[in-house]
Amino acid sequence: MDSKIPAHDTMIATRRLTKRFGKVAAVEDLDLEIRAGEVFGLLGPNGAGKTTTIRMLCALIAPSSGEAWVAGYRLGRDDTQLRKTVGILTETPGLYEQLSAERNLSFFAQLYEVEKVDQQVQRYLTMLGLWGRRHEAVGTFSKGMRQKLAIARALLHEPLVLFLDEPTSGLDPEAALVVRDFILELSREGRTIMLCTHNLDEADRLCDRVAVFKTRLLAQDSPTNLRRKLFGRAVVFHLAQVDSAFIAALRQKSYVQGVETVDNKVVVKLDDPELRNPELVQELVALGAQIQFVGEKRQSLEDVYLQLIGDEVQA
Amino acid sequence: MKKIWILVRKEWSEVFKNKMVLFSVSFMPLIFTIIPLGILYSMRGATDISTIESEFGPALAQMRTLCGPLTAFECTQFLILQQFMVLFLMMPAIIPVTIASYSIVGEKNTHTLEPLLATPITTGQLLAGKALAAAIPAVVASLVSFLVFAGGTALLATSPAVALQLFSPLWMSGIFVVGPLLSLAGVSLAVMISSRVNDPRAAEQLAVLVILPILALFIGQFAGVLVLNQNLLLLITVALVLVDAALLFFATRLFQRESILTRWK
Repeated sequence: MDSKIPAHDTMIATRRLTKRFGKVAAVEDLDLEIRAGEVFGLLGPNGAGKTTTIRMLCALIAPSSGEAWVAGYRLGRDDTQLRKTVGILTETPGLYEQLSAERNLSFFAQLYEVEKVDQQVQRYLTMLGLWGRRHEAVGTFSKGMRQKLAIARALLHEPLVLFLDEPTSGLDPEAALVVRDFILELSREGRTIMLCTHNLDEADRLCDRVAVFKTRLLAQDSPTNLRRKLFGRAVVFHLAQVDSAFIAALRQKSYVQGVETVDNKVVVKLDDPELRNPELVQELVALGAQIQFVGEKRQSLEDVYLQLIGDEVQA
Repeated sequence: MKKIWILVRKEWSEVFKNKMVLFSVSFMPLIFTIIPLGILYSMRGATDISTIESEFGPALAQMRTLCGPLTAFECTQFLILQQFMVLFLMMPAIIPVTIASYSIVGEKNTHTLEPLLATPITTGQLLAGKALAAAIPAVVASLVSFLVFAGGTALLATSPAVALQLFSPLWMSGIFVVGPLLSLAGVSLAVMISSRVNDPRAAEQLAVLVILPILALFIGQFAGVLVLNQNLLLLITVALVLVDAALLFFATRLFQRESILTRWK
């Protein structure tokens, strides 16, 4: 019997989705709920099951157990329809080297039953800056151009959901920036994007929410919320000179959870800096502190990731 | 059907950009057209076969039973050319083996199989497209070369009677019906092998085995063990229709998307 069908604005939903290869679990009990228009990052080490998850959600491989819906289509029941609705950029996106960029795209557009093939091919080749080289064999293209072409291929049929597996892997910074900007543009168009990446800075910049994943789901939330959950919030006061009186005064505040000093910086842990900062600033100034800068201490997504993966390894 | 043709057209535009593949498709038809016509050409004017008759008299007398009303010289030409007819029968099955054996494993090796499988194409459409893309050029090349051979024979044979005896309804059915069926069987088997191995070289090596039963047919004909007659041809045709259907069915069943994507490295 089906479990509850996902809510209307849910584009991807998985319930205890599991994939085993023999006795080895690649993905175990994965529960996700991704809303329409969201950019969702799937983060995890090599072999964590990210690609397997994408393959399952694109109906390329069947799950061992559990359920999933993509764009309203149930995995295992509406696979052909599901494939028409999703676009995939594979980890190593192969292209037909002997064929031109235009022929590569028109072939896939026809298979996806795109109505105006030429128009659609032109649209994406132009959008990705490849129109001028449309007649050239793909074998002569640089890695960045190939990646752009592979992204165009994934978009030809205007999929509602896009799966991008390592979209900027191996690209030079300039090409990576073009691809990232393009992903943002797609997101603004309202497409739902699942992004697998090892580039945590990229995930931080692009993703509304991320899931840290190692066979099992370790955590999922927005990067900001994950930081807060794991590390709390902290304010950094850059002072001309640190005095022990300042530290003592700060520690007396009931809402201050901790105070640390690093060189001329005082790091104050607290829950609601927007509310408490004015009082803290006043207090320090009253004590004679010369405040140079005040800012929130920002943990990187890498810190979050390493913490979660580290905990999992220890467990 | 539309998706099959989309795939066939893509395969052709890809495969025929490769000059070596073009050469491999055209070499055999070319050589097996030139050789018999060359023999016929060299026999022009040599109408006196009294020497042959004196040396091979009893054998020729026996062979003449196969030749019907042909004269001894006409019969000699007919018997020589008949050996090449079997080659025209085999050609559509032999030529496409290399292309077909590379079809799936090649896509896997170039990382194009996953995006292809992510499209709404079915396994049946994929395999049919791959098989037809390999079989059609081979059949066309074989038939074109056969037509050239037939035209050349009509021009160069000592009399029209040789061509009439050679291009009998029996052989025509063989060339135009059995040949394409044989081709489909060969490519289906090669595509099946291609989807079960993870190395193009292994695929090619195994697919070459497809040729063995066809080679047996040729040797049988050459040695006189197997004489193609109406009943045998009908039997082969029916068997090939069944074999083709079975091969396509099993190829579809044996095509494991999951293991191809996850276990092939």
